[in-house]
Amino acid sequence: MREIIEGRVWTLGRDVDTDQIISGKYLTIIDPNVLRTKVLEIGLPEFASQSKPGDILVADQNFGSGSSREHAPQALRAAGVGAIVADSFARIFFRNSINLGIPTIEAPGVRAIFNRFDTARIEIRRGTITNMRTGKSVSFPPLPQHLIDLLEAGGLVEKVRRELANGAAPRGPASP
Amino acid sequence: MSAVSRGHGHTLVEKILARASGKESVVPGEIVEGRVDLAMMHEQGAQTVQPFHEMGATRVWDPDRVVIAIDHWVPASTEGAAVLHRILRKFADEVGLPHFYDVGNHGICHQILAENGWVVPGDLAVGTDSHTNMLGAMGAVAAGIGPTEMAAVLALGRLWLKVPTTLRINVRGTLGPGVTAKDLVLRALGEVKTTGATYKAVEWTGPTIARLSMPERLTICNMTTEMGAKCGMVAPDSTTQEYLAGIAKHPMHPVSADADAPYERTVEINVDGMPPMVACPYSPDNVRPLPDVAREHVRIHQAFLGSCTNARIEDLREGAAVLKGHRVHPGVRFIVSPASTAIYRQCLSEGLVDLYTEAGAVFTNSSCSACFGGNMGIIAPDEVCASSSNRNFPGRMGPKEGRIYLMSPAATAAAAVRGEIADPREYA
Repeated sequence: MREIIEGRVWTLGRDVDTDQIISGKYLTIIDPNVLRTKVLEIGLPEFASQSKPGDILVADQNFGSGSSREHAPQALRAAGVGAIVADSFARIFFRNSINLGIPTIEAPGVRAIFNRFDTARIEIRRGTITNMRTGKSVSFPPLPQHLIDLLEAGGLVEKVRRELANGAAPRGPASP
Repeated sequence: MSAVSRGHGHTLVEKILARASGKESVVPGEIVEGRVDLAMMHEQGAQTVQPFHEMGATRVWDPDRVVIAIDHWVPASTEGAAVLHRILRKFADEVGLPHFYDVGNHGICHQILAENGWVVPGDLAVGTDSHTNMLGAMGAVAAGIGPTEMAAVLALGRLWLKVPTTLRINVRGTLGPGVTAKDLVLRALGEVKTTGATYKAVEWTGPTIARLSMPERLTICNMTTEMGAKCGMVAPDSTTQEYLAGIAKHPMHPVSADADAPYERTVEINVDGMPPMVACPYSPDNVRPLPDVAREHVRIHQAFLGSCTNARIEDLREGAAVLKGHRVHPGVRFIVSPASTAIYRQCLSEGLVDLYTEAGAVFTNSSCSACFGGNMGIIAPDEVCASSSNRNFPGRMGPKEGRIYLMSPAATAAAAVRGEIADPREYA
């Protein structure tokens, strides 16, 4: 994970749910490279064809609400998003996105300081997001260490792979 | 609404996560490694297989704690769905997962868990569907996760969880005739809103909740997902014990909140005199009294009685009681989809399939059906659907313009008869 992430901004409103990110009719598609062509078809239709790797999504409250479909962050990762930032996230989307290794940052107030195609600069450890055009910034609480570890490993697959390689044993229920 | 300071007591979710993480007690904000009692996958589990292998995992931590229940496209309606099913069947054979509810023995994954006793009081359960919250009705912590996370659960039998604060919804009063648990949860959504419980646990309490049957508790816990909640729950009691008697798949560890448990917030609801409720497009929290909406003569083109929220035998009887003696309105397609094959068979033996189909409804096999807009029961862009399901986001039933009104099974049947949103109490 890079300490500083910079990229061109796409803005989104509040309550952009997973149906708007990947519609239910595409849920039998599991190839991320196909999913990326359908991404945000309802929420931001021009994104799929016009986004560039490294672009940053800046959303208002409750981004990714609704279903548990990992197709949504899979498609965004395949589109090459550099980070997803929002005033707030729905919980399953947040977990899925972090698990896939996408820097996913909750920063209340962030949506209000950006317009489309501004440049955002995210300093992960300092906990700030700055609009490079206006100089305005918002701060966010540092990510918990276990989430930093997850991102630094590149996502949950690599983290668990290392754990298993180091002899981590599966465990059954806490008591029978 | 009231804020409560931290005493010595613990909420239900804290007690369950303490047990799951092998600790004496836990507090909100703490990150714990919770041992999983039950893991459930539906079609999205097909995306669990590749990360499971990439992790270097070769065996599942406990095959008797894993359930696969396909439900979104049953039987497979597209080649893509057939491939997802194929991946799951091959994986189940390869790693030895015997509890696979396949075509013919199928049902909506959450209903399969409930009616077969797979989740019991005190459990930590996870599933690859957001409405896994429904199983919190058993007095368990049940939460939705994604397929990559499920791969880690299958490999390790555990996952990290942040202990949530608890939003309590305390309910008093008596639901009137024609007013149901669905109306209660819609009313609560109107107050809590879709982000009011984000990252939190929702605990339903109060004398009204104590009187609810298990199917009704399943309905109100199901839609805590629409509040953003990590889990929704009802403390286990004699109703829970009776429901699970003879079907519980593993030992129970029932716990309840302490009297001085610290709730982040309590929402008080009195249901005395409450009318049926409806959630209008395009959000489950856009809730209004149904009689107000009915006065606007909202014409419908499709009615859908189905989904994990409301397609149990009690729901289909409720719809049938409204439909009896009437016909489906010309120009309305009325789709009825039971939540499981067991419920389908129960409908056959009770004559409900005859009743629905003679009235002009289509009675389908069990599946998620029209709820998610990816299989059958898609609506056209300028159409309106009255639905007993749980979401009415743009695009949920297909096109982004399509309008979905969420309501009880009784109100769904009333709309099918009237051809517009109608008060089910007029059909009592």
